[in-house]
Amino acid sequence: MTDAADTGAPEGALAANLMHFARALRAAGLPIGPGRVIDAMHAVRAAGITNRSDFYWTLHAIFVNRRDQRELFDEAFRLFWRDPQLLERMMQMMLPTIEAPGEEKKPVNRRIAEALAGGDPARNRPPEIREEEALDATLTWSDREVLRKMDFEQMSADDMARAKKMMATLRLPFAHVPTRRFRPDPAGHRADLRATLRASLRNGGDVIALRFRKRRDRPPPIVVLCDISGSMERYSRMFLHFLHALTNDRDRVFTFLFGTRLTNVTRYLRQRDVDESLAKVARAVEDWSGGTRIGHTLAEFNRLWSRRVLGQNAVVLLITDGLDRDAGSGLAREMERLHKSSHRLVWLNPLLRYEGFEPRSLGMQAILPYVDEFRAAHNLDSLSDLATALAEGTPRTSRYIWTGKAA
Amino acid sequence: MTTPRSRPLPPSVDDALTLLGAGRYVADRSLATAVFLALRLNRPLFLEGEAGVGKTEIAKVLAETLGRKLIRLQCYEGLDTAAAVYEWNYPRQMIEIRLAEAGQESRQTVENEIFSERFLIRRPLLQALTPDPAGPPVLLIDELDRADEPFEAYLLEVLSDYQVTIPELGTIKAPAPPIVVVTSNRTREIHDALKRRCFYYWVDYPNAERELEILRLKSPGAAEELSRQVVGFIQKLRKEELFKVPGIAETLDWTRALVELDRVTLDPATINDTLGTLLKYQDDIARIRGPEAARILREVETELAAAPK
Repeated sequence: MTDAADTGAPEGALAANLMHFARALRAAGLPIGPGRVIDAMHAVRAAGITNRSDFYWTLHAIFVNRRDQRELFDEAFRLFWRDPQLLERMMQMMLPTIEAPGEEKKPVNRRIAEALAGGDPARNRPPEIREEEALDATLTWSDREVLRKMDFEQMSADDMARAKKMMATLRLPFAHVPTRRFRPDPAGHRADLRATLRASLRNGGDVIALRFRKRRDRPPPIVVLCDISGSMERYSRMFLHFLHALTNDRDRVFTFLFGTRLTNVTRYLRQRDVDESLAKVARAVEDWSGGTRIGHTLAEFNRLWSRRVLGQNAVVLLITDGLDRDAGSGLAREMERLHKSSHRLVWLNPLLRYEGFEPRSLGMQAILPYVDEFRAAHNLDSLSDLATALAEGTPRTSRYIWTGKAA
Repeated sequence: MTTPRSRPLPPSVDDALTLLGAGRYVADRSLATAVFLALRLNRPLFLEGEAGVGKTEIAKVLAETLGRKLIRLQCYEGLDTAAAVYEWNYPRQMIEIRLAEAGQESRQTVENEIFSERFLIRRPLLQALTPDPAGPPVLLIDELDRADEPFEAYLLEVLSDYQVTIPELGTIKAPAPPIVVVTSNRTREIHDALKRRCFYYWVDYPNAERELEILRLKSPGAAEELSRQVVGFIQKLRKEELFKVPGIAETLDWTRALVELDRVTLDPATINDTLGTLLKYQDDIARIRGPEAARILREVETELAAAPK
């Protein structure tokens, strides 16, 4: 026990150290407010500092509130309470850059540029989606994976307006689900006894006229699994814009991107500003425009995430062209598992650009038997095309059965 | 059944560990620390972890060893105040109105009368805030992830101020805060605002040593050799890529099944026959049954033979 906290330092020093520790954790990305430092003080006073392990778990109980924060906490604790001064010095060196991530290096925001120029430069912009990609030299090739960073073109004011309009008219191919909550409704079928009694008291309790209530409906949670491999490259920007708009439009939307690996980007997409949000997504994902291993990534999703996000009757929207590098091996099994865990599974395939296209690839044949609904988009050049593709024939309940020569 | 007698709260982490031990719960020191802090600082304890690792058990053990009443609120989607906090006894209220009419009572008296505590049905949360002769009760809010967000938001008031508001009666505040244990299976993320008010603890699968300790305590009828094999087998199984790996509850169930079958050691045939108590998904069972189970068992046997007794 040679840690600094053990040497009977006066309380003031401990408080200062706890504060610095909290700041270090905050800089590392844990959501810690000043209130927690006070809580930590109380907790440490209550538990006393007798040994390092108790001290560790006392602070752990305060500062950690998700399982995945533990590794971060563990590392910070090890570093900090070995020699607090060291970390403090490190923080002083690091903090300025941490506090302003990307603020300086960011190119002039396109919307601001537009506003200043007064005109609309978006008009003579080529309609093609321009995605610049840069091979990150520091990342090596591993297991034939192509790891790339994506640099998205910023969204123009025009794009934003169109996205807003699209969201306003968007009809998703899944119906609202009934909840177990009720709201007053004169046309409802259940008696609302509480309201009935109150109303009857209002006129002296002579007449008891029944009041009614009705089940509340609510949109189901949506889990989006979006393919970002090379073959889907021309769509990824548009899909991300769509997903950003969707995430900000309603609650309970979870987004995972996959190519050769699976990335949960839900938190980044919750960021209000679309450019910031996409920049963060671009930084978090390492396998842009590489190969596809649908079976492998779905297995990962099933094992690690399905129970956490599919619990509440979630609808799964699978966006992929079904072109699989592993030629569909293991894919059927994972699709079956995914289908069984989800309330409804909708597959949107943007590859079907030609009318006569048939899903012949092995990946597609493995996916098709397990989807409740299959949406093919022949031409996806804009968000509104996507909205149309998703909404077409929406009130359809029968299950999609592939009757082609696939079998 | 004797009336429960309240015992004092543990004054230190060591005592918290002893307390859990007295309730036949094998706990890590880290868990004891979180329990101690929750008891000492009157904050809810938030336990998260996979199904079957003994989260609910902690609340039961606390209630038993501290001699408090255990009040359990099982969460489900759509759980509302009528089921969780209070409800008025409508049929009785209606009869009361009829009686009052017969007795020619004034309208105001009737209204005051029928919204009094006499007609209030207390549900778990309100019960937990009511004074109890044995001391503040243990309130177990089980599987909070199954409830929906509106209920979670409602809990914020209850868990931070230990009070509920009933429009007809006013605010009811607990004289002494109950001991609150919240559990979650993580089928969805609980909002940070709620977690912030609690002490968080992730209940993990135990290591081999601790699992053996649990097994000896809970299943004393099992042969020592069998217990070691069971623990070894399950520890290996947890490293496989399964859809749902077995928890401690499954370990205990399996051992109980093996003891009932009079087994003193594991053999591949028995494993195949009883795999259903261990794995709950057909895909998982199909994967492990047969050669895979035999392979794991061989590994366990080699390791046990090599390890010093």
